[in-house]
Amino acid sequence: MGVIRLRVAVLAGIGALAAAGPLSAEESEASRAARWHEVAQAVFPGRTVQDGSGVIALDAPPRAMDAALVPVSITVQPSAKVKSLTLVVDDNPAPVAGRVHFGPLADPHLLRLRVRVDQYTLLHAVAEMQDGSLLGVGRFIKAAGGCSAPGTSDQAEALARIGRMKLRVQAAAAGSGAQTAELLISHPNANGMQMNPVTRLYTPARYVQTVRVSQGGQLVFSMDGDISLAQDPAITFAFHQEGSAAVDVEVDDSAKAVFRQSFPVGGPS
Amino acid sequence: MMARLAGALVVSALVVGALVLAVSTSPSHAEQFAARLTQIAPGDYVRVGECAEATAQNLDGIANTGFVVGRTAVAVIDPGGSLADGRALRMALRALTPLPVRYVVMTHSHPDHVFGGAAFLPDHPVFVGHWRLPAALANRAAYDAGRLSAVLGQDAVGAPVPPTLLVHDTATLDLGGRVLDLQAHPAAHTNTDLTVLDRSTAVLWAGDLLFVGRVPSLDGDLPGWLRVLDRLAALPAARAVPGHGPASVPWPAGAAAERRYLAALLHDVRAGLATGTDITVVAANAGRSQRGGWALFDEYAGRNAIVAYKELQWE
Repeated sequence: MGVIRLRVAVLAGIGALAAAGPLSAEESEASRAARWHEVAQAVFPGRTVQDGSGVIALDAPPRAMDAALVPVSITVQPSAKVKSLTLVVDDNPAPVAGRVHFGPLADPHLLRLRVRVDQYTLLHAVAEMQDGSLLGVGRFIKAAGGCSAPGTSDQAEALARIGRMKLRVQAAAAGSGAQTAELLISHPNANGMQMNPVTRLYTPARYVQTVRVSQGGQLVFSMDGDISLAQDPAITFAFHQEGSAAVDVEVDDSAKAVFRQSFPVGGPS
Repeated sequence: MMARLAGALVVSALVVGALVLAVSTSPSHAEQFAARLTQIAPGDYVRVGECAEATAQNLDGIANTGFVVGRTAVAVIDPGGSLADGRALRMALRALTPLPVRYVVMTHSHPDHVFGGAAFLPDHPVFVGHWRLPAALANRAAYDAGRLSAVLGQDAVGAPVPPTLLVHDTATLDLGGRVLDLQAHPAAHTNTDLTVLDRSTAVLWAGDLLFVGRVPSLDGDLPGWLRVLDRLAALPAARAVPGHGPASVPWPAGAAAERRYLAALLHDVRAGLATGTDITVVAANAGRSQRGGWALFDEYAGRNAIVAYKELQWE
């Protein structure tokens, strides 16, 4: 319900901007700030997002090479106690790309996602701290067409592969003891915005809603996804490996399909 | 060489005469168009596209387009990048031959090759394409039209005409004593690539399976593209018309630089995946050893690497 309401508000906002015509640089900046205020209120109602500079770093290419796959990296100071991280693409039709809730096995100081970017926009990363405060940082990115542009691979192939996963666990970095892993999920993550001009119908949306990663029954993280994640969602995260139990992944999509896979891992290093 | 040059001059004079009188395309585009039209072999005419992105001045005339004149009919090969570009091609054709345009062949789904299609509707030709072209056009034409409108203005954009003669593997077109061999390919530059071999002149119209001078753009299957180049190298062709580049190059030698770039891109992306290198690092480095000699390299190299990475990550 929350997501649906947010989309309505956001679409109305786009209409208002379009009606106002081209904006000057200053007006754009003011309108982007207003936009972020509006989105932040919708995502974190009644709460204040404080400036997280110095605690959180948000990295993305200033000009995307492929608007349908923009790699974004969030890093958080090791001393910060983070409960969840939310990545927002302010001007996308559904701005929240992903919201990651960390479990006991997570090292919440690294998160990488790949997103779609529909137009020039601010990106925001917001960390919810264990004391309940919210810390956010923003970054401007030039990219356009990532939501409505036709995909390069054909839908039939993407659907044939749906639910296939890969997990790559890298050796622990010295010191932290945490291991970095990349989870790749084959899924069209169709956003419902690509129209077939012959039938005048949109390819129906079908996207990854939740991803749950655990080891030996203990949660690493769970993520709420949405249509702003790129096709074939990829999540890079860090975790403290617990013994040699398999890493279990469960993915639920908006068509009520559930995909599960277990990945054996070597003993702790 | 002399004969070819003289032929080109005659073409230019005729076409300028015809085009500057026309009202449906601007004189400047018509003149540019005529200057870029050459006869590369008897009856094979190529308009060399501008090596640039689409602008209001070039009217998206950035791809090589052209036509083959037989004894009784003409086949257009790629009708141009916009309605205005297609009209200029049609007038150039009309200045050279009164024969009917029986076929308009589209080499793939990209807008710079197909948006001139509507300019040929008055000739009632058969529109020809890869069997996957109708779906590809349906999937992307509205999006491409929007992007082109923003640059050219809505009136100049036009629209692609979906093919009704679909090529599943091979087909032949007869222009009256002159046979064109068409071949539809598995995914390579795009998943709709179609080539045309003019038997009588041994000219291969390669579409965007061949880029010369302008950096190749990947929108299909990278290993597949290299396999298709192997297949094309075996054809009995002496020259090839690239989708972007000069009017023609020797075949298969003219594909050497493209092969080197595509092979380097494939090698680098696979190596990055094998070592778990982050996609941003792969995108910034893959294929860069081949940077020299390509126009627009920096505009496309990163995107090509990401497109290849997306596909190869499932190998």
